Amino acid sequence: MAQTRLVVNGKPHEVDVAPEVPLLWVLRDTLGLTGTKYGCGMGLCGACTVHLDGEAVRSCQTPAGSVGAKRITTIEGLSADLSHPVQKAWIAEQVPQCGYCQSGQIMQAASLLAKNPHPSREEIDREMTGNICRCATYNRIRRAILRAAQESV
Amino acid sequence: MNTETTVDRRTVLKSGAALIVGFYLPARARAGKRSVHGPQTFEANAWIAVSADDRITLLTEIPEMGQGTRTADAMMLADELEADWPTIRVEQAPTIPDVYKHLGTGGSGGTTGTWMPMRQAGAQAREMLLTAAANQWSVPKGECQASNGRIIHLPTGRQLRYGELVEAASRLPAVRLDQIPLKDPRSYRFIGKPIARVDVPSKVGGTAAFGTDVRIPGMLFAVIARCPHFGGELATCDDSIARTVPGVRRIFRVPPIGFTRLTAEVGRNLNVAGGVAVVADSTWAAIQGRKALKLTWNKGPGALESTQSLRAQFRPLAAGPPTVVSVDRGDALQVLEHAGKRVEAEYELPFQAHATMEPMNATAHVRDDGRIEVWSPTQIPGPRPSSPAATQTEIAALAKVPPDHVTVHTMFSGGSFGRRYQWDYTAEAWQVANEMRVPVQVLWTREDDMQHDFYRQYSYQRMSGVLDDRGNIVAWARRLVSTPIRSVFDSAESLKDPENVASQEMDSSDSLPYQVSNYLLDYAPVNSVVPRAWWRSVSSSFEAFAIECFIDELAHAAGADPYQFRLRNLRPDRPENSRKLRGVLELAANRSGWGQPLPPGHGRGIACYQFAGTYVAQVAEVSFGKSVGLQVNRVVAAVDCGFSVNPNNVCALIEGGINYALTPVLSGEITIKGGAVEQNNFHDYKVLRMADAPEIEVHIVPGGTDPADGVGEAGVPPLAPAVANAIFAATRVRLRRLPIDTRLFET
Repeated sequence: MAQTRLVVNGKPHEVDVAPEVPLLWVLRDTLGLTGTKYGCGMGLCGACTVHLDGEAVRSCQTPAGSVGAKRITTIEGLSADLSHPVQKAWIAEQVPQCGYCQSGQIMQAASLLAKNPHPSREEIDREMTGNICRCATYNRIRRAILRAAQESV
Repeated sequence: MNTETTVDRRTVLKSGAALIVGFYLPARARAGKRSVHGPQTFEANAWIAVSADDRITLLTEIPEMGQGTRTADAMMLADELEADWPTIRVEQAPTIPDVYKHLGTGGSGGTTGTWMPMRQAGAQAREMLLTAAANQWSVPKGECQASNGRIIHLPTGRQLRYGELVEAASRLPAVRLDQIPLKDPRSYRFIGKPIARVDVPSKVGGTAAFGTDVRIPGMLFAVIARCPHFGGELATCDDSIARTVPGVRRIFRVPPIGFTRLTAEVGRNLNVAGGVAVVADSTWAAIQGRKALKLTWNKGPGALESTQSLRAQFRPLAAGPPTVVSVDRGDALQVLEHAGKRVEAEYELPFQAHATMEPMNATAHVRDDGRIEVWSPTQIPGPRPSSPAATQTEIAALAKVPPDHVTVHTMFSGGSFGRRYQWDYTAEAWQVANEMRVPVQVLWTREDDMQHDFYRQYSYQRMSGVLDDRGNIVAWARRLVSTPIRSVFDSAESLKDPENVASQEMDSSDSLPYQVSNYLLDYAPVNSVVPRAWWRSVSSSFEAFAIECFIDELAHAAGADPYQFRLRNLRPDRPENSRKLRGVLELAANRSGWGQPLPPGHGRGIACYQFAGTYVAQVAEVSFGKSVGLQVNRVVAAVDCGFSVNPNNVCALIEGGINYALTPVLSGEITIKGGAVEQNNFHDYKVLRMADAPEIEVHIVPGGTDPADGVGEAGVPPLAPAVANAIFAATRVRLRRLPIDTRLFET
């Protein structure tokens, strides 16, 4: 075991995990931040998406030791009160059904809008197509991203 | 409404700080209900707790899997209770079956099941609060009105909050349910309105607690290496390296249940593969430990089974003698031999996985006093009148303890689609926790989940029809061949009854929606080692594909427009059914622009179906281009679900049903080799992604006074035939096997 330093949602943590352990399991099992979900373990579904310095990454494919000083943001740290424009749009469009994939969807969408505040429908599809939703709320996700883009003008 | 209803139970919290109303309704036959579990009875109860600080807690018996049941229940309750909406919280009822008698859901029964009892619960509490206020003021109850969490004395304008009336109301005798007036629908404040779902904020903030999110001090994490060959068993296990993996605590065998020991006590819906459990400090360590195991397996009875071997059996059985004749009206076979224009087609649909986003998992703790706690994302935490076997009773049977020694904490399910109607994954958690005696979470990796599902059955349907000179259907013979669900669960004795075997494979009634004077429906089974069970919309997902594609083929053979042909052939002897189908067909056709010209390479297809009392028609629009291939661009759906309790949620579930049903059309297929599933993860079981999700419009047929059974499944059946029919319209290629084989379009 080794000590790994991580900054998660603005708080520094020292965790006793081997550097190759995926960030996903450090967040969920070591730090108890269960908002980030396991879906496939292969970077195929996007349920585990978090931000490293604002950029969406798959935490199941990110060794804890590779994070370094980059700031990790999870769904718990996106806003304190569901006030992030993407979260507000998700509520307005009533996106979630089972909700399991939505943390990852929201983190992916927030990262997209940070890079590209006014994405076209094609850009949304391209960016979001790595995030699977089995309740298949895709139509509402699209609408919510367009709404968030409009309302954060 | 049942007039025998009486209040059986009313309890006051020990502290006296809350009014709690509980009630039972005696069993009432639900005539005409098409259930996956045989004729259902309905017996509901629920509890409302109003606390002194005005908070209202609703304990719901229906698990939340994404279908929005918590919100629908809260809306029904709040309307009759005249509650202030933000004061309502919804929690899951505990597994106390003599109080909560309907702990689970299936067959799209959630909304209709709670429609009367939830409103009665609200009304009962409202009446008692009114009486309590009237007594306090010494005024006639008729001068008082309940409004937005308060009782108002109309002549004087005096008010009391519900919280202020808790103690007084708790001392009152309960009001008989059949003496409580329910609201005039015109005065509904919540019911019928697009109310925001109560579970959405927690699902947007990452705080909703799913099964995988259970965290208990001192808990351990486990994965199980299961035999990949169904019915096979562990041959050898070398765990010498695995035991050295950091974080691994224990490695031990867990026995199979069901596959080798189908018994009356534990054989009900239970199939646990067995294998080797690896228990560790973290999920990751457990997964690493499992990777380091060296295991060999005996393949067992399915060693030679494959998709090809099953297909080789389907074809002759589709033409041979049936084991069950379900409907034989007129003399279809005679007419088929002698009549004019004969149309024949065979439709094949493979196994499908549920592939919920949250893989199977459960957490269990076998305590020193022998009591058992499980935390499970389950559809069936406790018994229901229609299904006495449930997670609680089955874990108790396994552990040989009374059912009340087992507490099931029902977690949010990250999707179910029928998968969590099983309790195999909870039984496994018990198996592991029983060894460890500390809380253990058994998580299935995606690969485990893909390879050990209870799959939609593999089906093969042969259709034969005859048209007369005027284009009327004079004969229709349907042969359904499938790997039946019943033989996964039932005893050898009950499998001797062919009608029992066929019972989950089709709607065996004379329910074909189209007019045909000579109609035959029969069935033949194919044995398989692959576990099968109910998948979203049960047998309708494959029955609808064959029926609604074949009616299209008949229409084209008759030279008729497929939409007009359907309308013309709706059965006059089933007027209500035909009226509703006509309504949704017309609405979908109108809104989709049916009949208007499309660019070359584009096509529209239509299909309709009834599931659990909800009627849905869909028009799919596809296009085919050399560079982009086949695309489903748009689906327009019309829905008649009776009275729509939450229209926005009806739309959401139909949208989801359409997209869910697209996976088996476009790309999803479970194939078998050596008695094992060949797919592992989302790279080889390809599910629908956003880029392939069509534009969807959902139009609700207004009206009705009561909701149909539910809409969670009804969006699925018409989608596959609507798309296949659209592909025919666009390309003249008739798809009779799914998923689409794109090679058919390579010209």
